[in-house]
Amino acid sequence: MNPTVARLTVRGLLGRRRGVLLLVVPVLLLLLSVLVRASNGQDHDIAVDVLGTLALGTLVPLLGLIAGTGAISTEIDDGSIVYLLAKPQPRWKIIVTKLAVAVGCTTVFAALPTFLAGLILYGTTDGLAAGYGLGALVAGAAYSALFLLLGVATRHAVVVGLMYSLIWESLVGNFVHGARTLSIQQWGLSLAKAVADPGVIAADVSLPVAVPLLVVVTLGATAFAAVRLAGLTLAGEE
Amino acid sequence: MATISIDGVSRWFGNVVAVNDITMQIGPGVTGLLGPNGAGKSTLIHMMSGFLAPSAGSVTLDGQPIWRNQQVYRQIGLVPERESMYDFLTGWQFVLANAELHGLPDPGAAATRALATVEMEHAQDRRTGTYSKGMKQRVKMASALVHDPAVLLLDEPFNGMDPRQRLHLMELLRRFGADGRTVLFSSHILEEVEQLARHIEVVVAGRHAASGDFRRIRRLMTDRPHRYLVRSSDDRALAAALIADGSTAGIELDGQEKALRVQAVDFHRFTRLLPRVAHEAGIRLYTVSPADESLESVFSYLVTS
Repeated sequence: MNPTVARLTVRGLLGRRRGVLLLVVPVLLLLLSVLVRASNGQDHDIAVDVLGTLALGTLVPLLGLIAGTGAISTEIDDGSIVYLLAKPQPRWKIIVTKLAVAVGCTTVFAALPTFLAGLILYGTTDGLAAGYGLGALVAGAAYSALFLLLGVATRHAVVVGLMYSLIWESLVGNFVHGARTLSIQQWGLSLAKAVADPGVIAADVSLPVAVPLLVVVTLGATAFAAVRLAGLTLAGEE
Repeated sequence: MATISIDGVSRWFGNVVAVNDITMQIGPGVTGLLGPNGAGKSTLIHMMSGFLAPSAGSVTLDGQPIWRNQQVYRQIGLVPERESMYDFLTGWQFVLANAELHGLPDPGAAATRALATVEMEHAQDRRTGTYSKGMKQRVKMASALVHDPAVLLLDEPFNGMDPRQRLHLMELLRRFGADGRTVLFSSHILEEVEQLARHIEVVVAGRHAASGDFRRIRRLMTDRPHRYLVRSSDDRALAAALIADGSTAGIELDGQEKALRVQAVDFHRFTRLLPRVAHEAGIRLYTVSPADESLESVFSYLVTS
């Protein structure tokens, strides 16, 4: 961890109106939860629907995308990354710091709101809120690492990230069950299931599959991002 | 004392060759990297600053490879051409962050010193996003100087500067060169380079066209045949008077353009001769324009010679 890199990343992420955007989405989720609870009372099916589809299925990948790519791709696009890289700092340290900031961001703006939405919708009953909260936390970390890698590896990080999250996880995952094995969202759900009381949350991927995959993807993406950053090339601007 | 060695370096992007088998050494003092736009200057500087791998050959600093070697940045200060530099930071915060990233023992003192060197203390509490081009350039300089590097690399540092800022930066670079630092800057303007650099490396179309003392480069550039288009009140009489002098190699009466095409051999002598001859013969000059003064043509002359 490098405090200077962390400071620059946080200010870059939360400044420039992006901070407001990051806040708007979770606030909408919480408002919706309050409305749903007020009109339907404590309803298990509705709670699972809102938390699974809106929180874990939308808010978490969206925040992971904004935080993961935003933590580095803006600097690479505008060239200011030069000031970080023309320094005797190990590249993995820069990546790990930026990942920590992105994970912190998804925790505050996605995992915590998911947990709170769970509490609003379903109280502490059956460990539903805690399950989805933890699932969101872990999925958020994995999304951050994956999208941070995309931010280093491609200039079209947001597009590629959206394609993964929308097309692969949502669309393909909906129709082809096998595709869910390779879905961060499903791994998070698997963890949520394990934490909540038995039978409360359904998940397609078993825990012994989900946990190793989560670890491998998170660590692998981080390591690969560090390697890519060490060989970052500035094309001639002439 | 630090020396950058570029040894048989080529760099291509796909099938476009940006730098073609260049070998040069950049030692202490101020060196100017001169060449027209698109000649490969930035590509060379990117390789010298570790942001681009050479496709062939090696780029080293005192024997150490620069590519994928973060430790070289203890000795290199880099002033990139692009302007973005964390616009949300103030000048002070920006330079301080650079000092911290270098792991300096007292980053605050280093930042203060660097900002004083470039005389930017007065604006250090303003956000860099509000700076003028010249001010940004100076703060970029401060960030490159903050760790007191032996090598300073500047990519087109004078672009967009007003004359006063230009003079100030030149003075600064001259001082660093005199201190024994290795200062390299790129430019596409000969006058700029020759005012500042003792040593000039000329790059044209990716190739190393010339190298040496600024006088030698200047001579190479001015000794080539210059072509002028001249219109006057009596072209024929002027032509007769000019051809009598040794500084003129050939004159053509261009009936279509209603002008003289003059080829001068001795640039300095011709520029003095023309107004004098015209004056003595009572001829009025309407137009004197160089026909081939574009940088590209000056440089391509250097390559072919």
